Amino acid sequence: MTTIAADADHAHHDDHADHKPGFFVRWFMSTNHKDIGTLYLIFAICAGIIGSALSGLMRLELAQEGIQYLPHWAAMLGGEETDTAGKHFWNVMITAHGLIMVFFMVMPAIIGGFGNWFVPIMIGAPDMAFPRMNNISFWLTFVAFFMLFGSMFVSGGSGLGAGTGWTVYAPLSTSGSTGPAVDMVIFSLHMAGAASILGAINFITTIFNMRAPGMTLHKMPLFVWSVLVTAFLLLLSLPVLAAAITMLLTDRNFGTAFYDAAGGGDPVLYQHLFWFFGHPEVYIMILPGFGIVSQVVSTFSKKPVFGYLGMAYAMVAIGVVGFIVWAHHMFTVGMRVDLKMYFTAATMVIAVPTGIKIFSWLATMWGGSLSFKTPMLWALGFIFMFTVGGVTGVVLANGGVDQNLHDTYYVVAHFHYVLSLGAVFALFAGFYYWIPKMSGRMYSEWMGQLHFWTFFIGVNIVFFPQHFLGQQGMPRRYPDYAHAFEYWHHISSLGYLVVMVGLLFFFANVFYTLFAGKKVGANPWGEGATTLEWTLSSPPPYHQFNELPRIA
Amino acid sequence: MQLIARGKNRTAMLAALLALGMVALGFAAVPLYRLFCRVTGFAGTTMRVSEETASAVPVIDNQTISVRFDSNTAPGLGWTFRPERPRDTLSIGQRDMMIFVARNLTDRTVTATATFNVTPSQAGPYFAKVQCFCFTEQTLAPGEEIRMPVVYYVDPKILEDPDARDVREITLSYTFFPVDEAATGG
Repeated sequence: MTTIAADADHAHHDDHADHKPGFFVRWFMSTNHKDIGTLYLIFAICAGIIGSALSGLMRLELAQEGIQYLPHWAAMLGGEETDTAGKHFWNVMITAHGLIMVFFMVMPAIIGGFGNWFVPIMIGAPDMAFPRMNNISFWLTFVAFFMLFGSMFVSGGSGLGAGTGWTVYAPLSTSGSTGPAVDMVIFSLHMAGAASILGAINFITTIFNMRAPGMTLHKMPLFVWSVLVTAFLLLLSLPVLAAAITMLLTDRNFGTAFYDAAGGGDPVLYQHLFWFFGHPEVYIMILPGFGIVSQVVSTFSKKPVFGYLGMAYAMVAIGVVGFIVWAHHMFTVGMRVDLKMYFTAATMVIAVPTGIKIFSWLATMWGGSLSFKTPMLWALGFIFMFTVGGVTGVVLANGGVDQNLHDTYYVVAHFHYVLSLGAVFALFAGFYYWIPKMSGRMYSEWMGQLHFWTFFIGVNIVFFPQHFLGQQGMPRRYPDYAHAFEYWHHISSLGYLVVMVGLLFFFANVFYTLFAGKKVGANPWGEGATTLEWTLSSPPPYHQFNELPRIA
Repeated sequence: MQLIARGKNRTAMLAALLALGMVALGFAAVPLYRLFCRVTGFAGTTMRVSEETASAVPVIDNQTISVRFDSNTAPGLGWTFRPERPRDTLSIGQRDMMIFVARNLTDRTVTATATFNVTPSQAGPYFAKVQCFCFTEQTLAPGEEIRMPVVYYVDPKILEDPDARDVREITLSYTFFPVDEAATGG
């Protein structure tokens, strides 16, 4: 496919490809796309630990009926030891869990981490288009995270921290939460949003202007396509979120009434603006996952992806249609029937391009020479989980059915199947697929497989029973419930322990790989791995492609 | 190299413009949404009509519709506010007047304004107001009582709308909110 060899870099003897700056300059003032990608991955893993610790606390509280721990936890953080403070702390936890997982775990890992590492390499570019802007994106995300984290220690009206839910709906987030916590959350979202918009501009410019000679748009690997579509979604949706939360901010602090009925505003307007961003956001989290899974399935089937163009344009179609279905998140605000019919039908249309992708992955494997290495297991797990989440999504798309299931655990189960199991499985697939390339060392296959199976079984025990809870009417965002819900809640909490065991294998594997993994050559996966990153040494030279590769 | 740099800057500028355009659209959603509701009667927004339009509307004698009146005040306003009758039954197209009575129970002068909508929302485009106290702010001195008329009719075009022609009862709802000096910017 290409004529690049690792030693081509040394052709210029005055330009050492592997000359690295000192520690501080390299990691704190980094402009190298691979270093920034590594920073993003480390950051996302740290944020992921905090986010899953929060879900552990929630599952602990939910394991039995009644309120057991919340008042103590609220007191430990410096609040009062009362039921009210405890329940407010619950709201703070669900808010922080949602925001951390969306903005500081999945997005930094999948776009900032893998996107930064592999988009330039896959298109044969030496680096991102604007390396310094790349650095700004990372550090803005970093500061945004600490702003969010800090909000948990200042007053949010009825206790410490912002208890608004990740959606920050008005009027709960305006007149319902005095104190600076919600302002800090809004600022944090502003910064994370600005970081992502800058990142999106960077990716779009890189992909449009810096492809190696011969790398036409229709020859780009599907992961690059997925990041390109994602970057456009970011660019079009995040500014609307910025506008919406800026209006929240002025409603809170400067006496405007955009969302206040008393001043002629409309709180439902906030929901419209939020979900105009929020729905594309779910595709922002999942599309790069689609890209990763396409690379992995093709590699371990030793076949090119079935229906390449269909796969690429299915992602474009999902991105476009994703912008005109937002109100299916708010079927219960009192819409007229025509409108519900439209949003129901438009939402179901998305199942078509998504189905194209699922069937193309299956067709890629059909007749392929399959090997079930760890990345392939995660990719297969992704396809299975995402399909389950997709089916419940089609159920929820019905305006009439949603009337009943809105804000129940059925919805919680649905979006955890597509995100916490879908996007996260894609992340793990990408991690095991690329860690030999990124570190130059092979992971432990048996630990990877154990990680997969414990995690797969664990998350299904956590989330499958939540479908039953939701159908029986258990509302989301509550720390307590009627006795009838206890059985499945208890099982769900036990599943969390299994997930934790799985994560132990993951972290053990990370340390094993980095310190004791077997050294690997340029391409540990063999003939199935055809993209440009496998033509470089592992790890790749500090500066790659000083002479651009030519793609035949 | 020069060419590549120029191409990069161009793409980045276009992308940045796109993002700025979306910010502008996000803020423009506020006036656009309001305009959209006023024009289409979306979300139960009622129509405001002039005297001339109203006098040209035919009355359909054999079709009646009943209108219920709902009145609310924001917590802490300190006013009582109620319609003189809970409901009126009228022919479609017939002009009707309802008097709402408000009294200021506090010992200070209070200025308030009423928001309004009708339920079911598909009747909004056909609920036409000729005159309404909700078009302006109301100021009441301590203890003062005021009688405020609403003159309205139900447009006969409602009978041609497949979604709205089965409506037999419309609820007109008002809520009085205090006019906060600081909160007039929105």
